[in-house]
Amino acid sequence: MIRFDSVAKRYPTGREGLAGVSFELAAGELAFVTGHSGAGKSTLLKLIGLLERATRGQVWVNGRNLNKLNPRDIPYHRREVGMIFQDHRLLHDRTVFDNVALPLVVAGLGHQEIQRRVRAALDKVSLLGKERSLPIGLSGGEQQRVGIARALVSKPPVLLADEPTGNLDPELSREIMELFLQFNQVGVTLLIATHDVALIERFGRRIIQLRDGKIGHDTGAAT
Amino acid sequence: MKGVRRKSRGPRFQRRLNPLNWLLRHAQMSLSSLGRLAQNPLGTGMTAAVIGIAIALPAGLYLLVDNMRTLTGSWDGGSSISLFLQQTLSDAQASQVRDVIARRDDVAEAQLISRQEALAEFRLRSGFGEALDLLENNPLPAVILVKPARAASAPDDTGRLADTLASYREIDMVRVDLQWVRRLEAISRTLERGILILAGMLAAAVLLIVGNTIRLEIQHRQPEIEVIKLVGGTDGFIRRPFLYEGLWYGLLGGLIALLLVMTGLALMQGPVQRLAGLYQSGFSLEMFQSGVLTTILLGSPLLGLAGAWLAVGRHLARIQPE
Repeated sequence: MIRFDSVAKRYPTGREGLAGVSFELAAGELAFVTGHSGAGKSTLLKLIGLLERATRGQVWVNGRNLNKLNPRDIPYHRREVGMIFQDHRLLHDRTVFDNVALPLVVAGLGHQEIQRRVRAALDKVSLLGKERSLPIGLSGGEQQRVGIARALVSKPPVLLADEPTGNLDPELSREIMELFLQFNQVGVTLLIATHDVALIERFGRRIIQLRDGKIGHDTGAAT
Repeated sequence: MKGVRRKSRGPRFQRRLNPLNWLLRHAQMSLSSLGRLAQNPLGTGMTAAVIGIAIALPAGLYLLVDNMRTLTGSWDGGSSISLFLQQTLSDAQASQVRDVIARRDDVAEAQLISRQEALAEFRLRSGFGEALDLLENNPLPAVILVKPARAASAPDDTGRLADTLASYREIDMVRVDLQWVRRLEAISRTLERGILILAGMLAAAVLLIVGNTIRLEIQHRQPEIEVIKLVGGTDGFIRRPFLYEGLWYGLLGGLIALLLVMTGLALMQGPVQRLAGLYQSGFSLEMFQSGVLTTILLGSPLLGLAGAWLAVGRHLARIQPE
């Protein structure tokens, strides 16, 4: 589902985000990406969501070579990749419902379909009662769950999460991670970047450890 | 070859919505843009008013000049050509010449004033009647008054007709009193050109006003634009509400302009009719015949749209999610 082929990313400032990374994530697989800050976790996720482009090497997602993707196709690519951020990236002047509905509105779905799917997504993250609230009125954990609902509402085959538990206490962090494990059980491919090694080691899933823009250790490398 | 490339790019994205759905989304979007404008009535009203005034000024002036043109046009029809016939012609010959001229396509009417009639008229009007009695014979030539056909009534055409008629052997002299018609025509053309230039500059001003308003709006909504790009909003989707806003600004401005022009003309109607009354004319200002109002109504939304397009094209591409 996701394949990196000696991918390097150098930013215009000269900073090296990734320095030759290769790995493959099969459809339906879940992997954590760890490493110190600056090790390249965010860069790796951004390349998959096409928030950045690789300077060298090739990135494949869902059978498509992103290097060869027409710029006009980027929005359609992003619809297949749900993204979750540490700072949630919610629109604060819109209700929870409207925030979660955004990907469906963008895709041009009908009103009833949007209603149905948003409620289903909010149900999955246990926020059904909060549809009419504004994000400001929610706790940090609830805001993060709104962000997760928004990422999964359009049922993308791939979910990316960049430090989804960065601002949450251990209890909430565990809940969020377990939510991700549930999604994985229904076939979603997940790549989760986190520095919280203690939290994820308990799940016994694949861990890709980055060090200075390279893969330091990969517990689940196929080859 | 093409097939191979396709394969290397992976499966195709499904891009298009079905047409009905697409139309529905557009309708929704245009209404929500209007709603957004309605949320800030004061700001929207002021922007629309500026646009309205900028459009009303040249439109109103154009209507005035256009009315002036119809006025000279109606006088134009009255401009006639006087043909002075050779003195040697008999009345019967003069009448034949008249008949020949009257049959021309570019002549609407030809009226013969015989030498006797001319003399009688001169005697009546000039006050030199007694002096005429001293003369042995009638010094006045016969005259044919020619009214050009409608197709030949423009000053240039009338001039050409006069030249043609002057080449007739039986005609001694041709007089066309065109000068004042030409001058009026030239003045109104000059005014029209001036107004056109003014309209061009003010249209550019409207573009800039709308463009700047939309630019500020884009800046204001930058976080929203970033998030929409993140969740897969196409450039078209992001552009659309701003373009509709430009369209609405233009339309509102156009309506205000319409109101201003109609009010202005209504206010001028009284004095103009009084003035026309002094010249024994039933002339009154006409605002619906020239198509100016239709142009305003159709043109101003397009102008707004173009202004928005300018801003959107420049500023949206710069906003990229991180």
